[in-house]
Amino acid sequence: MKIIITTVSPTIESEVDPRFGRGAYLLVVDLDTMEWQAHPNPGVSASGGAGIQAAQFVTEHKADAVISGDFGPHAFEALHAAGVPMYVFGDSHTAQDVIACFKAGQLKQVGAATREDCHHEGKT
Amino acid sequence: MRIAVASGKGGTGKTTVATSLALCLAADRTQAQPAPDPQLFLDCDVEAPNAHLFLKPTFERRQEVGLPIPRVDEAKCTHCGKCAEVCQYHAIAVLGKKVLVFPQLCHGCGSCTLICPEHAISEVSDVMGVLESGTADSGIHFARGVMNVGEPMATPVIRQLKKWATPKPDQIVILDASPGTSCPVVESVRGADFLLLVTEPTPFGLHDLKLAVQVGRELNLSMGVVVNRDGIGDGGVDDFCETEGLPILMRIPFDRAIAEGIAQGRTLVEIRPEYLALFQKMFLQITERER
Repeated sequence: MKIIITTVSPTIESEVDPRFGRGAYLLVVDLDTMEWQAHPNPGVSASGGAGIQAAQFVTEHKADAVISGDFGPHAFEALHAAGVPMYVFGDSHTAQDVIACFKAGQLKQVGAATREDCHHEGKT
Repeated sequence: MRIAVASGKGGTGKTTVATSLALCLAADRTQAQPAPDPQLFLDCDVEAPNAHLFLKPTFERRQEVGLPIPRVDEAKCTHCGKCAEVCQYHAIAVLGKKVLVFPQLCHGCGSCTLICPEHAISEVSDVMGVLESGTADSGIHFARGVMNVGEPMATPVIRQLKKWATPKPDQIVILDASPGTSCPVVESVRGADFLLLVTEPTPFGLHDLKLAVQVGRELNLSMGVVVNRDGIGDGGVDDFCETEGLPILMRIPFDRAIAEGIAQGRTLVEIRPEYLALFQKMFLQITERER
C-alpha cells in the first residue's frame, strides 16, 4: 500500500507540514517495504490551484491514501473525484508518527474540505 | 483621452475626485459651442461599484458578462492530460479516468480547447456579472460592471466593460478604479493617457501611494496626485511627490461639511461649487502635460 504525507523537509524523519496544496514536500511511502521518496510539492509556488496540482501528483503516483493537516475545497474535490481517501494527522508531529498512527487505524478520514476556499486571482 | 483615477489605499476619495472631474467637464461642455461629445465615465470597481450613487445615470443597456469555460465530452476524452498540462491556472485536472474543471480558477484563455487532440472540449459561458450603461442628467455617459457575489475574479469583467463601452475617438473617458494595486487595478488603468492618484497625507496613504506609483511606472503612465483630507497626517506624501517629480494637482481639505455631503450622496462640486474651477484647472494641467 502506498501513501503520501505532506512534510516540511525531504526525509521520513521530517516534521509533517499541515498544508496540503502548499506543503513543502510530498513524501511517498510504500507501507509494505517502508521504502520512501520525497518530492517537492508542485503546488508550492503556484499562484492559484496549488491543491489541484498536488492532487494530480497524488493520482499520478497512484497513492492509496493521502495524509495532511488540511484539505482545501479544490483539493478535496479533486482527490474525492479520483477516489483517493484523505486523512488528517491530528496530533502526530513526524512522518514516522503519522505512519504508525495510520497503520494502527487512529487517523481520521476526511469527508469534506477542512477549510474554506482561499481565493487567489492569478496574473492575467 | 483616458484619465484613470486610482489610489492604492482604499477610501481616499477616488470616486469623489472622479465624479467631480466628470461633472466639471460636463458643465464645461454645455458652455462650449459647438458642444463636443459628452464624456464617458467607467466605474471599474466592479466588486463594489458606487459612482452611480453620485452621477445618478438611468441605465438603458444591460449585458451579461462571463468567461468561456471548458466542458469536456467524457465519451471523446482519452485522459491524455494535455489540457491539464497546458493550463497555467490549474483550472482543469485529469485525475485517472476523471476530468475536473474548476470554473473559479479558469481565465477563459481557451488553451485547453485548442490543445485537445480529441476535440473533446467545447466552451460554455460562465456568467460572472453584468455590464450596465446609461446617461445621466448631466449628459455624462455612464457604464459600470457589477460582479456577482462570490465570484473571485474581477479582471475579466473589467476587461469586457472597457471593450463594451467603447468611447468615440475624441471622447474623454474617466475610469474609476478599485483600491489596491493588484490585477483589477492594472486592468482598469492599462491604456490610460493619465493616471490620477488620490491619496491622503498619512503614513498609510503614502505607503499605498508608493505602490500605486510603481504600477504606473511599470505601465509607463503619466501621473499626478490629488491630496485629499489635506491638513491631517504629516508631510510624507509631499516629500515623496517632490522627490519623485510627481505633480500635486489638487488639495482637498479635511472638512466635515464635505464628508457630510458625500455621505448624503452629493458630489464635491455640488457641496463646494468653487471646486468646478479647480477641477477645470486640473484638467488643463493634465492635458498640457500630455501635449
